[in-house]
Amino acid sequence: MTPPIKRDKPWLMRTYSGHSSAKASNELYRTNLSKGQTGLSVAFDLPTQTGYDADHPLARGEVGKVGVPICNIGDMAALFDQIPLGQMNTSMTINAPAAWLLALYVAVAERQGATPAQLQGTTQNDILKEYLSRGTYIFPPQPSVRLITDIIAYTVKHIPKWNPTNICSYHLQEAGATPTQELAYALSTAIAILDAVRDSGQIGAEGFEQVVGRISFFVNAGIRFIEETCKMRAFGEMWDELAAQRYGAESEEMRRFRYGVQVNSLGLTEAQPENNVQRIVLEMLGVTLSKKARARALQLPAWNEALGLPRPWDQQWALRMQQVLAFETDLLEYGDIFDGSPVIAAKVKALVDGATQEMARVQEQGGMVPAIESGYVKRQLVTSHTERMRAIERGDLKIVGLNCYRETEESPLTGGVDSGIMKVDPRAEREQIERLNAFRAQRNATEVKAALANLAETARSGANIMPASILCAHSGVTTGEWSQILRDIFGEYRAPTGIDIPANDDSRGARAVAIRTQVAQTGEELGRPLRLLIGKPGLDGHSNGAEQIAVKGRDVGFEIVYEGIRLTPEQIAKAALEEGVHLIGLSVLSGSHVEMVEDVFNQLDQVGLKGLPVVIGGIIPESDAALLKERGIAAVYTPKDIDMNGIMVDILNLIRKNHDLPPVAAI
Amino acid sequence: MTRTALPEPAALASAVSARDRLALAQALNLLDDRRPPARQCAAAFLDALPAEKQESGGHLIGITGPPGAGKSSLTASLIQVWRRRGLNVAILAVDPSSPISGGALLGDRLRMHASGADREVFIRSLACRGEFGGLSAEVWPMSLAMLAAFDIVLVETVGVGQKEIDVSKMTDTTCFVAQPASGDSIQFLKAGIMEIPHVIVVNKEDIGMAARKTLSELKTTLGRRTDADGWQAPALSASAALGSGIEALADALDSHRQWLLARGQFTARRRRCQAEWLVKHLREEFGRHGINRLGGETVLFVELANAPRRSPIAAYEDLRARILPHS
Repeated sequence: MTPPIKRDKPWLMRTYSGHSSAKASNELYRTNLSKGQTGLSVAFDLPTQTGYDADHPLARGEVGKVGVPICNIGDMAALFDQIPLGQMNTSMTINAPAAWLLALYVAVAERQGATPAQLQGTTQNDILKEYLSRGTYIFPPQPSVRLITDIIAYTVKHIPKWNPTNICSYHLQEAGATPTQELAYALSTAIAILDAVRDSGQIGAEGFEQVVGRISFFVNAGIRFIEETCKMRAFGEMWDELAAQRYGAESEEMRRFRYGVQVNSLGLTEAQPENNVQRIVLEMLGVTLSKKARARALQLPAWNEALGLPRPWDQQWALRMQQVLAFETDLLEYGDIFDGSPVIAAKVKALVDGATQEMARVQEQGGMVPAIESGYVKRQLVTSHTERMRAIERGDLKIVGLNCYRETEESPLTGGVDSGIMKVDPRAEREQIERLNAFRAQRNATEVKAALANLAETARSGANIMPASILCAHSGVTTGEWSQILRDIFGEYRAPTGIDIPANDDSRGARAVAIRTQVAQTGEELGRPLRLLIGKPGLDGHSNGAEQIAVKGRDVGFEIVYEGIRLTPEQIAKAALEEGVHLIGLSVLSGSHVEMVEDVFNQLDQVGLKGLPVVIGGIIPESDAALLKERGIAAVYTPKDIDMNGIMVDILNLIRKNHDLPPVAAI
Repeated sequence: MTRTALPEPAALASAVSARDRLALAQALNLLDDRRPPARQCAAAFLDALPAEKQESGGHLIGITGPPGAGKSSLTASLIQVWRRRGLNVAILAVDPSSPISGGALLGDRLRMHASGADREVFIRSLACRGEFGGLSAEVWPMSLAMLAAFDIVLVETVGVGQKEIDVSKMTDTTCFVAQPASGDSIQFLKAGIMEIPHVIVVNKEDIGMAARKTLSELKTTLGRRTDADGWQAPALSASAALGSGIEALADALDSHRQWLLARGQFTARRRRCQAEWLVKHLREEFGRHGINRLGGETVLFVELANAPRRSPIAAYEDLRARILPHS
């Protein structure tokens, strides 16, 4: 009989999930745990992430769409019903209202009989990256840093096994960051946060090593898995050095680079979506192969994310990929298989050198916060993403099924009655509002008022926000109420869009020049330069698409009005009127496109702009695209439309058609 | 009104005067339209606007300064103060055009987002389209249309060094926003390259020392100097981020208007603005040669100051016809 082979313990296996309601999500979580998932990863809906209750006007169409709605302690208790929080490890993707969701979590745990010291898990709580990508920030940078700092200081003292912040390079990559930029900006963010904790005086010098030891990261893994392996080794080296030199962390354990991963969603394609399965598996290798730089927790996207919301079966498939790698293969039987490789060492060094230089540029500007406020970092990301998009458009960057090898048999995976995606029950929003109203009716109004007054006082005084928030949670305060108090005191913020970048070489190309001539010509025919309004209605902050269209539009000669994310349909109609635009381009990635389009059309009617052409881009299933066109949308663009010049010609022709001019020939 | 037909000028003018937002938007589109029939229609529209508003109504303010000084965020704060005082506000925000594509990113609305969905605030962005020293040629006619419907009309211009002050020639009151710790504006003032604005404000007083230093240097540089009318420009500090000093800034802008009114110079200044626009536009199209055919700049300004009120477009076409020999 052969002796049992010693294997490493596998990473935490999670699936990022949540939808419709706390009750439906709870059922999903318990099913997932029974399938061998070892931790939970909670996806909140956009109203929760941006601090609105389900009945707020801005929440319309968004409730329960991209995650679970949590309005109060009743929802949180239902979300973790029959899941003992004292034993669970829960990751919560929550940022601006992270203190609030953590407070609800603590309060529910206390009601279950667990103590805060038992709790394990993670709050994402990296608000700085929200200004650059993803967009669910609420407050200006300074109070946001204070909130992050308060959570860190509180958990280090009271919930010592909690990861209070997951500094994210994940979303930087989604916004276009190169590996070097990911390293530089994530570590610069860590510096900004750790400096702020140190300067807040909430933790003495003797306890600071514990703070450094609790900082964790959330990283992306793309398809170039060798480079990604090297990136993770570079992260480990740089963090070790930073922790030791800047923050004096002596113990090796406290300097360890701890990170969780969601592999790349940006590269997943709508075209031939079955190919995403092998992409996800290869991307998983980049963060697991090197033992020295292996992820602590891993969650994989589903193969059909570019089509819409994944179903339970799709998520199960993603979990099984992890289980096959961890339990069937021999990966966990070996030490680090890259140590001593000169190829790997050279690549790691190149990444470290590049990142070190970029970090120095950020520090010269006063650090990460000023570099975000000035728009510098966002412009760097938009520039990188623009280059990536142009490389795909030209075919230099190959994506199988998208810009090469496009011939395909019909997919049996997307053919079923549900077209291979999940549809959120349209009753979810109304039911959540009903639950919210019932909750409000039964709570003690005096207690709520006192808890909110205490929260306001705490916010103004600068004391730690957590105890007051936990009191609010127990008292029956809602997500919208907690956030509104802080909105009133901290103010709200709009981040730089980063689209004011120089035109790149492609805009001098023959095709771009030809389109420009036609745009100018049509402008002369219509008497004035052509103007486009790019609008992002709703709470969704994924702005890559809107930014790329804005930059491309300018480069072919349109005058572009772009006001950034999170506009109301009313604001969009107002801007369209005041700016005298020829066409509106909407961008919606949250799945609420049908409601948004309906609202935008209503508002346009009200201001007298009925008939103005409107196009939309986003993750829009084919059945919805047909519906939108019926309602009057002039064109629908999805991630498979990579020919940006072609989109520009389309838009030009839509404007011409609206003015009874014949279309220009294909360019 | 069909999409391609031109509006009826008198009806459009009365709708704009009645503060119809759609009508104002159409009027601005019309004033942007370069086709000859549209130009005629635009001239008739401007002529149909009430004379009183054109000559002495409202307050036309220019705000300028180097890039990054915080013009848009100050404007956003000013909008809030004016709204609290019950005034409605129209903004013309001028952004640079791309020299390569001719396209433009008009980003000022973003930075002024504070106005949200308020129907008493109207923002039109304009690309400077590579002309007119950081100002777009449409600014003056569009300002007139906005003055017919709004209490305050504010023109925010691209900061392009010394030329940014061009806006001062086409507004009642000019506000220069200085960047703390940047000596450029002070150098321009000292050297007399830059005309003296009516109000100078150092933004970002929240950063402390550097802002105070810049303010005191500006005060020293200005000394007792006055502009051609005899106005002595105050230098203030404010912070758009903290919302401090904004009320005082609004007061300072208004006190220049009151000063012009009290001295009976307000209407003359409006006329001068139009004359400046006409001469500048003629110079762009015909060069010095064209101006000389009309007797030279000095003579032309005197003539325009005494001419009866006309819309800028009609007046321009007349002057143009006098320069062009056979038309």
